Amino acid sequence: MSLKVQVVSAEREVWTGEATMVVARTEEGEIGILTGHVPTLAVLGAGEVRVEAPGGGVTAQVDGGFLSVEHDTVLVVAERATVGERASS
Amino acid sequence: MAGQQRVYKQRIGSTKSMQQIFRAMELIATSRITKARQAVAASTPYSRAITRAVSAVATYSDADHPLTTERAEVRRSAVLVITSDRGMAGAYSASVLREAERLVVRLREEGVEPVLYVVGRKGSAYYRFRRRDVAQEWAGFSESPRFDDAREIGETLVEQFVRSSSPEDGGAPGVDEIHVVSTQFVSMVTQVPQVNRLLPLEVVEGVEPPSGDELLPLYEFEPSPDRVLDALLPRYIASRIHNALLQAAASEHAARQRAMKTAGDNAEDLVKMYTRLANQARQAAITQEITEIVGGADALAGASRS
Repeated sequence: MSLKVQVVSAEREVWTGEATMVVARTEEGEIGILTGHVPTLAVLGAGEVRVEAPGGGVTAQVDGGFLSVEHDTVLVVAERATVGERASS
Repeated sequence: MAGQQRVYKQRIGSTKSMQQIFRAMELIATSRITKARQAVAASTPYSRAITRAVSAVATYSDADHPLTTERAEVRRSAVLVITSDRGMAGAYSASVLREAERLVVRLREEGVEPVLYVVGRKGSAYYRFRRRDVAQEWAGFSESPRFDDAREIGETLVEQFVRSSSPEDGGAPGVDEIHVVSTQFVSMVTQVPQVNRLLPLEVVEGVEPPSGDELLPLYEFEPSPDRVLDALLPRYIASRIHNALLQAAASEHAARQRAMKTAGDNAEDLVKMYTRLANQARQAAITQEITEIVGGADALAGASRS
């Protein structure tokens, strides 16, 4: 089982793929999402969203926005979002 | 007679050069429609996600937000009119403005004071010429609107909406409703001007309401439903305006393409007509010359015989 992750900015879909874990910074602190997470809507603060995948993963820079989780699908929605590849760890 | 021929030649020349311009503009518009439609498609995931989230909060929590509640008394109503910056697009701007005019008249009949917000130079010019007050106008991005433009408009309108319109509160009055008049891109040949109410929100699409036996809320809100809604709604408004702007841009290009095609066809007809007239004039000139020569020769022959 893995998470389906989609990073969406206002003008286009930035990144989409599979992941084992998503770590994001909400207004109140960090939130980590694994499979089977409760459906959630969280307001994000500006910063990084880490998407962990077996072969490395990516880091998305967002300027706020929100994150929604349901049925192992994670949507990261921000007005501006950029995604950078990360070397496998 | 040669003078008339020259006039026709000039007309043919100028019409032909205009025809080339029309043709170029038609081609540019055609290539931009594709780009504009791609922009609409690219912004769809964002607007779908945000619409879904907003309807989820509205359905699964009883959060009462100022942006979703209807005002008891509507005094002032904002009308956002989306027109183009440039002309040469047939009736594109005119039909949006006509729709806006209809809305303004309807609002006045209901005793509501309309407050105009205008996007695009054509709209600004229309209202300036008629000496009508415009609360704020934006221009310069009607052909390729960016999200930042939409957000700026959204922030202005939401700020006006949050402010109360009642005079006893003092200060500048705000608005109780926000309408958007824009053109919806249906297909390459059909673009419909339409009026949508932006605020107060009616969230209907998307998520099904929870069934009666379900006790647990489906979503967990972080930090709280109210805060989530606070963060979502302005973005939702901006996304709706962005979508309206993108559709309007696609419609503008489609309208311009069609207008330029018609203009090009008309220019061709004109060239044909002037060519016929020029030929006629040339024939007339030749006929007259022959008549003159024959007449002259007759006269000379008559003179030498006598």
